[in-house]
This record gives sequence, structure tokens and C-alpha cells, in this order.
Amino acid sequence: MRAMRWALLGAACALWLGLAAGPGLAFTPDEPLGDPALEARARALHAELRCMVCQGQSIADSNAPLAQDMRAIVRERIGGGASDDDVRGFLTDRYGDYVLLDPPVKPETYALWFGPAAVFVAGAAIAFALVRRARAGARGAGAEPLSAEERRRLDTLLDDDDT
Amino acid sequence: MADEGAQAPREEQASRQPVSAARRLRYLAPMFLFVALAAALGVQLLTGDPGKVPSALIDKPVPEFALPPVRGFEDAGGFATADLGKGEIALVNIFASWCGPCRVEHPLLMALAEAGTVPLYGINYKDTPDDAERWLGRLGNPYTLMGADLDGRTGIDWGVYGVPETFVVDGAGRIRHRHVGVLSQYDLDETILPLIEDLRG
Repeated sequence: MRAMRWALLGAACALWLGLAAGPGLAFTPDEPLGDPALEARARALHAELRCMVCQGQSIADSNAPLAQDMRAIVRERIGGGASDDDVRGFLTDRYGDYVLLDPPVKPETYALWFGPAAVFVAGAAIAFALVRRARAGARGAGAEPLSAEERRRLDTLLDDDDT
Repeated sequence: MADEGAQAPREEQASRQPVSAARRLRYLAPMFLFVALAAALGVQLLTGDPGKVPSALIDKPVPEFALPPVRGFEDAGGFATADLGKGEIALVNIFASWCGPCRVEHPLLMALAEAGTVPLYGINYKDTPDDAERWLGRLGNPYTLMGADLDGRTGIDWGVYGVPETFVVDGAGRIRHRHVGVLSQYDLDETILPLIEDLRG
């Protein structure tokens, strides 16, 4: 019943949006490529390229004029037989690696890509060493048996815990 | 139960041997590390404008382009790659009538043109011919040469992402500096003009 109500509400919203986004608004939809396979490649590229104006969005998500132009360029080049790397190269030549939402792996970005893993490994190594030393210490001279007084205190504490 | 625990005798701690200075330093190491990291990240966070992206074209030749003249300013012809790198340092300014900040920097460009220190060329980015003609007609045209980039493709070849942008092109036709946003007298005096002096050697 509830699901039904939500479905109806969703349909109403969709209808309203459909009407609101009718002709006459400034939004101009992109012309997709005729070949669905090429169009799919172009869209995949759109999602990984940064909109240089909005910077936090991909050109697929942005309606900035520059993002529209960049989408058109990607389609043109894909449609013209360029490989995905050709298209990336075309844009990085002009905008630098910044235009790629995923920074490429190269010496300047090693710290970025491998830094977290390196910190994790270092942390794990330190933790491992500490635990091992603590264990070695517990097994060795540090491990004296409890004195009678200590045993008595421990028992009281443990008894307290039960109540 | 928790209260009982808190009252547990503490003599044991006092009986521990005193911590040596070297050992104490080792305990503090993580804090020093943290402070150093926080300082390094803080400096990066608080200085500079993250919206400003360095040009990928610095020290590269200007892109290939050939633009038709802006309507109403056909006399000087258009603006093309061949106009740059003829031994003379030049400023290339990318502007549009629809761009508010371009209007802000426009008087400075007029003054620069008047002074004649350096040739100033213009790329009219994604404007309609009508608007560009009216804008330049009303405010004045500071550009010796000017081209109309109607579809914005030349702008993209220059790596433009926000007008106005101003490029310093050296005598060999290489891009030596890029300024994004409104050009101020300060930018001109502190960065652009000294760079031009340097390039002129």
C-alpha cells in the first residue's frame, strides 16, 4: 500500500518534471552519437572528465557551457575514430592532468596513490612489533607470578564484577 | 562497578622505573608528526586559490588557430597563430561581452593600449557578433588585433575555462604566463610587466 503511494508520488514528480523541462527552457540536450557503442564510450569518458568551471563535477554532470562544449568535443573525436586515450590526451594537452577526475599514476602522484597503503603498512608493522615485544616481555622476566596480596585483590575485583 | 575500579590502588604505577628522556621523546614523536602534517596540510589549505589551475600550456607554443574578425572591426583583419611569435612579446586577452569581470578589467586594458608598452591582442570568446560589436563600440577597443571565437573551440585550444584570461606570449610564440580572472593594476605591475621586462632581457 505504502509502496503504491510512493510509486504514484514518483510518477507525479516525473510527470511534473517532464512538463517543466519542456521546450523553451535554456537546457539544450546533447545530440547523441548514432552508434550506441560509440555513444557508450563517449559517456564513459564524460563521467571521468572534470568540468573545469565547476571543478567538483564531471562534464557529464554539469550543464556549464564549457562542459557542453567538452562533451561535444569528446563525441566528435570518438565519432571520428579516436581512441579513449587520444581523447584524454587531447584534453590533458590543453587543461593538464587536472581535467582527469582520476589522477594518472606517475612519479608526481605516487604519494597520492601509494601513500595511504604505505602508511597502513607502516602502522601495521609498528603495531606488530609492539605486540610482539609486549608478548616477549610477558613471557620473560617481566612475568612474575601474582603475590598473595595481588591474588586477593584480584579475587575481590572479580567477585565484585559478578554482583 | 566502575567506581570500585577507579578506587583500585595505584602504588603499582609509582613503583615503575622513571621514564628516560629518550623514551619520552619517542612517546612524543607521533605528536610531532601530527603537528608537522597538520602544518603542511594547513598551509596548502589556506594559501592560494584552489579554483586557479596552472596552465598546461606554459612554455609551449601557442595553439594553431585562425579567427575571423569581430563584426564591426574588420579593418584590422582577424587574429591567428601567425600573428604571434614574430619576435615581439604580446599579451593575449580572452574576453566576452557576457562576462562581468571582463568589464571590470576593460579600463585597465584601455590604459595599457594607450601606453603602448606591449601589443595587446584579443580573442572574443563565445560572443554573439551583435553583443561584441555593441560592447566594444560603447567601451572602446583596446586590441590591436582581435578574432571572434564564435564556437569557443579556440578558447578550448588555449585551455580557457573562465574568461577573462590573459596570456603572455614571448617573441618565439611560446606561452610564458597565464592569468585567470580580472587583471588588476597590481597583477600588471607585480607580475606581468616585470615578466615582459625579463623576457626582453
